[in-house]
Amino acid sequence: MVAIDDGFEALLEPFYNGKKLTDPISTPEDKYQLLPAFLKVKGLVKQHIDSYNFFINQELKEIVKANRLIKSDQEENFWLEFTDIRVGTPSRNDFSDIKTRNDVTPMECRLRDLTYAAPVVVDITYSRDRKKIIRKDIQLCRIPVMLKSAKCYLNSATNAQMEIMNECPLDPGGYFIIGGTEKVILIQEQLSKNRVIVEADEKTGGVSASVTSSTHERKSKTYVVLKKERIMLQHNVLVEAIPIVIVLKALGGMSDYEILKLVAGENARYQDDFLINFEEAAKAGVHTQQQALEFIGVRVKMGGPKNKPFSMSARRSPVEEGLDALANIIIAHVTIQGLDFYPKAIYIAMMVRRVLMAAQNPKLVDDRDFVGNKRLELAGQLLSLLFEDLFKMFVNSLKGNMEHFFKKPNRTSTYDPVGPISSQGNYITMGLNRAIQSGNWTVKRFNMNRAGVTHVLSRLSYIAALGMMTRISSQFEKTRKVSGPRALQPSQWGMLCTSDTPEGEACGLVKNLALMTHITTNVEEEPVKNWIFSVDAGVEPVRKFTGAEIHSPGSYIIHLNGTPYALTRYPKRFARKFRTMRRRGYISPFVSINLNEHFAAVHIATDEGRICRPYIIVKNGKSKLKAEHLKLLQLGKAGFDDFLTHGVVEYLDVNEEQDTLIALYEKDITLSTTHLEIEPFTILGAVAGLIPFPHHNQSPRNTYQCAMGKQAVGAIAYNQFNRIDTLLYTLVYPQRPMVITKTIQLVHYDKLPAGQNATVAVMSYSGYDIEDALVLNKASCDRGFGRCQVFRKYTAELQKYPNGRRDRMGGRDNSDDGQIISKHAALDDDGLAIVGYRVQSGETMIKKETPLDQASTGIGTDRGPDEFRDASVNYRISDPAYIDKVLITNNEKDSAIVKVQTRQTRRPELGDKFSSRHGQKGVVGIIVDQEDLPFSDMGVVPDIIMNPHGFPSRMTVGKLFECLTGKASIIHGRPEYGFGDAFRSHPAESMGQVLIDHGFSWQGKDYFTSGITGEPHLAYIYNGPIYYQRLKHMVQDKMHSRSRGPRAILTRQPTEGRSRDGGLRLGEMERDCLIAYGASQLLLERLMISSDGTEVDICQQCGLFGYKGYCQTCKSTSQVTQMTMPYAAKLLVQELISMNVGVRLQLEDEFPHPK
Amino acid sequence: MSRRRVVIPSEEELERRNTVGIQAEYISNVQATDFPRHYPGEDNSWNIDKFRDGFRVQFHKNGPLEASFSLIGIHAAVANAFRRIMIADIPTLAIETVFIENNTSVIQDEVLSHRLGLIPFKGGREGLHSFLKWYKKKPNTATDNLGVSGDHFDYNTVLLRLQVKCTHNEDAAEGERDPRKLYHHAHVYARDIEFVPVGRQARYFSGADAIVPVNPDILIAKMRPEQEIDLSMHMYKGVGSDHAKFSPVATASYRLLPTIKIVEPILGADAEKFAKCFPKGVIRLRKVTRQEAAKQGSGYEGHEGELKAVVEDPMKDTVSRECLRHDEFNKKVKLGRKIDHFIFSVESTGQWESDAIFLESVAHLKAKCKAFEKQVINMVR
Repeated sequence: MVAIDDGFEALLEPFYNGKKLTDPISTPEDKYQLLPAFLKVKGLVKQHIDSYNFFINQELKEIVKANRLIKSDQEENFWLEFTDIRVGTPSRNDFSDIKTRNDVTPMECRLRDLTYAAPVVVDITYSRDRKKIIRKDIQLCRIPVMLKSAKCYLNSATNAQMEIMNECPLDPGGYFIIGGTEKVILIQEQLSKNRVIVEADEKTGGVSASVTSSTHERKSKTYVVLKKERIMLQHNVLVEAIPIVIVLKALGGMSDYEILKLVAGENARYQDDFLINFEEAAKAGVHTQQQALEFIGVRVKMGGPKNKPFSMSARRSPVEEGLDALANIIIAHVTIQGLDFYPKAIYIAMMVRRVLMAAQNPKLVDDRDFVGNKRLELAGQLLSLLFEDLFKMFVNSLKGNMEHFFKKPNRTSTYDPVGPISSQGNYITMGLNRAIQSGNWTVKRFNMNRAGVTHVLSRLSYIAALGMMTRISSQFEKTRKVSGPRALQPSQWGMLCTSDTPEGEACGLVKNLALMTHITTNVEEEPVKNWIFSVDAGVEPVRKFTGAEIHSPGSYIIHLNGTPYALTRYPKRFARKFRTMRRRGYISPFVSINLNEHFAAVHIATDEGRICRPYIIVKNGKSKLKAEHLKLLQLGKAGFDDFLTHGVVEYLDVNEEQDTLIALYEKDITLSTTHLEIEPFTILGAVAGLIPFPHHNQSPRNTYQCAMGKQAVGAIAYNQFNRIDTLLYTLVYPQRPMVITKTIQLVHYDKLPAGQNATVAVMSYSGYDIEDALVLNKASCDRGFGRCQVFRKYTAELQKYPNGRRDRMGGRDNSDDGQIISKHAALDDDGLAIVGYRVQSGETMIKKETPLDQASTGIGTDRGPDEFRDASVNYRISDPAYIDKVLITNNEKDSAIVKVQTRQTRRPELGDKFSSRHGQKGVVGIIVDQEDLPFSDMGVVPDIIMNPHGFPSRMTVGKLFECLTGKASIIHGRPEYGFGDAFRSHPAESMGQVLIDHGFSWQGKDYFTSGITGEPHLAYIYNGPIYYQRLKHMVQDKMHSRSRGPRAILTRQPTEGRSRDGGLRLGEMERDCLIAYGASQLLLERLMISSDGTEVDICQQCGLFGYKGYCQTCKSTSQVTQMTMPYAAKLLVQELISMNVGVRLQLEDEFPHPK
Repeated sequence: MSRRRVVIPSEEELERRNTVGIQAEYISNVQATDFPRHYPGEDNSWNIDKFRDGFRVQFHKNGPLEASFSLIGIHAAVANAFRRIMIADIPTLAIETVFIENNTSVIQDEVLSHRLGLIPFKGGREGLHSFLKWYKKKPNTATDNLGVSGDHFDYNTVLLRLQVKCTHNEDAAEGERDPRKLYHHAHVYARDIEFVPVGRQARYFSGADAIVPVNPDILIAKMRPEQEIDLSMHMYKGVGSDHAKFSPVATASYRLLPTIKIVEPILGADAEKFAKCFPKGVIRLRKVTRQEAAKQGSGYEGHEGELKAVVEDPMKDTVSRECLRHDEFNKKVKLGRKIDHFIFSVESTGQWESDAIFLESVAHLKAKCKAFEKQVINMVR
């Protein structure tokens, strides 16, 4: 592709607030410039992309490495080995060497309903006739490619290249395109794996320590429980809980004394508490390791997960069972090397110790909701789980294929695995596609069955898409009424947005990332292990020590990812040196280290999914960030990563944050300060960052705006008119907000805005403004205020049928007088609507016809009719629309697809919903002529009049600030006044001064004259520009009424819902009102006559239904009468009869005939 | 009825009644006195001579696009009626129907039509105001294949055409980036609209009187090579109450003449600060003369030669009430506005001369009154 440098690149560079390079730099003011630099390397959706890249580049290879060898059970000489796996660049599925170009752009995938995927190739070596054959680049499967990831064409494309590919340069990427729809894998929040969590049970007073072990093979949970003063070990594989001493004994050759020391150390209280457990073991008659293993082995569940090779051999003895369970199943992430169980013993003893400590001091339990105990699972991790499962399945089926081949007694050829690989690999492709498409994540190994992992990317507005990319969904059940996981956790500070969460059932469970959050990927443990010993003298492996030494006062255990690894007596010195090495760039910046005084532990974490965030390092009361650093940044000579390796900034995860003293502002730095916040407004996320002056608002209002900002109609992307989305809303004249924030600039909301700056007067007008209703100026609407467009997609696929017949496009139909029938007025000769034509309800847009004969084989006499049936796509909405685009293409199945996009342009009308950026929504209550509206001395007429009653109870002072700031900026003509950043000092006084300088009142309140009487208003009116968003809820889409219409087939009651032209239900409560009022005739009319009243024949003799005045049961017409009853009741009676429940209707006259 | 003695109110009382009070936090006395209020014993009946004596018109500025003038001695209701008529009732010619032959630009048909409608046009006055009549859609007139009905004539419909195609500019310099130079017709401006005179229109709208956009530089659309816009338009006469595009004014509004009454002398540094509370030219600083200083009870005793604040031109005041914010001036100054002095500001969109809009509004009001009179007579009958 040809790249043209159109000078547009500069637009996307980080901004420097209009500052020139020569301007003086003040670090406290300008340190926020690190933020754009950070976003350049990490970015809002970088976590998704990083995670996916990590999967593609590393995990994929490791998965294949772990399952590389396939051997035949029958042919001993045969083996097959996967030596490498690589992912190519995205290409069309209908790949062919003849074509010059097989690469596919994301836009083509969206339009053609393709999957944006890249081929995965493997290198294999296998044996044939005792020779080693090497085959390279065999296509294994196709893997969906995340947009803007390393394999995507959009990665590092310039804007000019993006334009050629019809892509929006501001699009965040980080999603997949499966079958033409954009799918996001939401970030999943989970409790951290391989870490001990100690909890107290409120009811029983028991304490338990649990750990979820997760390895590549299995996932299991182990508990150490204190119940009735006895400590037991519980695990799924064990039938019952096992006394802890037995477990420790089974782990190898420790005397009771050693066990006691390993658990309790020298602490007499812990020793006292623990002693009773020895009795348990003695009672069970367990004294030796052999006895202990036997004890456990007997209690191991049969049919539990076992290694396959063993299962074939004869039944194992209980000792073997016990040994296997202890080695491979219980606490599986602590690996056993050479039957050395001591590390596992230390681990279990540590869990026991934690339980004892928590029993002594209830404060020492862990907090599940603490963000440091959470891990975030991203696209890459989820895909790798899925891929590993699918790959193992693939290997099995390949092996099956192989065995099948070798089973043949006399083979004519040698086995060639290339063909089977490609055909079996197709299951991987399908598995991946299906999982992402449906969101059902099924991993058999882990018994994992999650639904709703993926969602369709919301393209309602740019912010909606962005908000979706930073969304975190929790694994908690929504229905549970627990407040803990929903509450705002202090440790969320800076990591998760404090405002952006939905209201209602998912409140607090669905969260959003803050602006500067980064999620770690896995860092290799081995180098870190080496550093632990080399960084400081006196660090020894914990393996070498006895319990007494480990727990001696002053000794700190160094845990690596939660597992005791080494011992030091100088934890602080160790941590300091470790950090120094990290700051110098020898250790990955995402490795965290923190001290825990309570448990005498140093924790080092290298695992993936930890939430972290950069801070400026402070040493000796001085910030490490100097003016020259910012100068280098401005000159483009240094980036964020340079500051990282030079010890200016560093990433802290939530756990490491606990050991720091972070100053919010440079002025707050003291000698004990360790870090400085880069910019306080980054505790908010991208969506909450749109709110100006959020720190002046009542907090729920900010939350409401976060929900509404996603519904605002505006610009979606630069390529919005090239896309054909199911539903697309755009604003005709979107405006950049008058009052912006730095976040707005960073997320480029000012380039893709969703709203307009309305001149708002805060006053009461006309009485049509009660309950938050707005008064709109008709002239403003005439001039384009709030004008929006609605695009809708209609698709038809021209299918092929197995018998060779196919759908076709039909022509226009003529009426008897030769004129084209009105239904086909918009159609062209090809049976497709003409671009630019108006379609009305009922008109055809795509005149598709399907063959009547779809099933016949066409062989011999088995031929169906040659006629075609009309299967056209009609326009069904009552308001007319224009045809915007028509696309004819073909999809992966090579059948033609037709997409027609319609367009409606709407001006605001009564009942349309608008909202400011402060959670203040309202509907249009009245649209007033310009001459009737109040006007100021300058002739200013408001676009919107807002009722002042909206303010006192909502306390949205930020809105008042926005108005004042915006007014001052407009009057002075300086947009740079208009910054409403969170947690920065607001310039209200200087704004007032600007107003005074231009002859306005400093308060922003002006003299207005009534447009109706021509006399002045008694009060001064607060007025100025406020950014208003038009929300997607429009009257036109909701308006509905019916006098008569369709009925449901089964019950003959009116249908439900607007889309089915349904009736309006008179529900139970309304019915109650009518009964209470005594309006029996109305009740009868509503519930029967206007609904499902039916005439039925009833035989008075037998009480059953008759038919046409004749009773089948009594064989007579004498007693049959007609009456009206609800069809639903008739249906009930008949259904009961069908279930052998006799129902008889006994009739009597309410007003009997006088005889 | 017994004849009562007619009370003649004092000068101060009249001034009080005639002034809207500008207080720090509210506005007092907002209603004019001459009709709605009744003062016991006074004769406030309306009479034409009294009105004629009291009424004055002063022009401050009279440009083609902007006029400013004062109506003095008139009731707010009448002044407001003029304002309302100017905004909503004076007919202008604007594009109402757009027939799109071809539009391959990125601007959608409806949006393009909306943009075209909002462009103000000018042309020969006689033709616009007297020759052109209302277009009234007659029911049951035959329509041609475009849906244009047969009731369009030269006196009610003006035909415009816009035919632009964007092409590559072969003469563009190497490496040129500016699309306006790189292509022909990359930007479509209002000046690209051409007027197609029909019938007698040639007589009224030719040469300098041709119908052209008031501002030829209004950007209508942007295009790239191979895109084209080909459309014709019908202009009709309409009024602002129908759509804002028919309003002859960008805005028409009025304000009341501010009054500043310095009750107690403001001297020295206070005077300078006081002057800064107003826009330039409202307050002048003058030295206290010997005579003033000599006058007992004037408040100037012993301040000869010091600066005092004097009101120079209250019309320039924007009534920001800034002086009321400062305690030192709170008692010394009284702000107000003349209740019957309306300073109008009329900004024409260009089709009418700005002063002509006002005159037309007077004629309109007169016509409305005539119509109303007829109705009242009919009602009484």
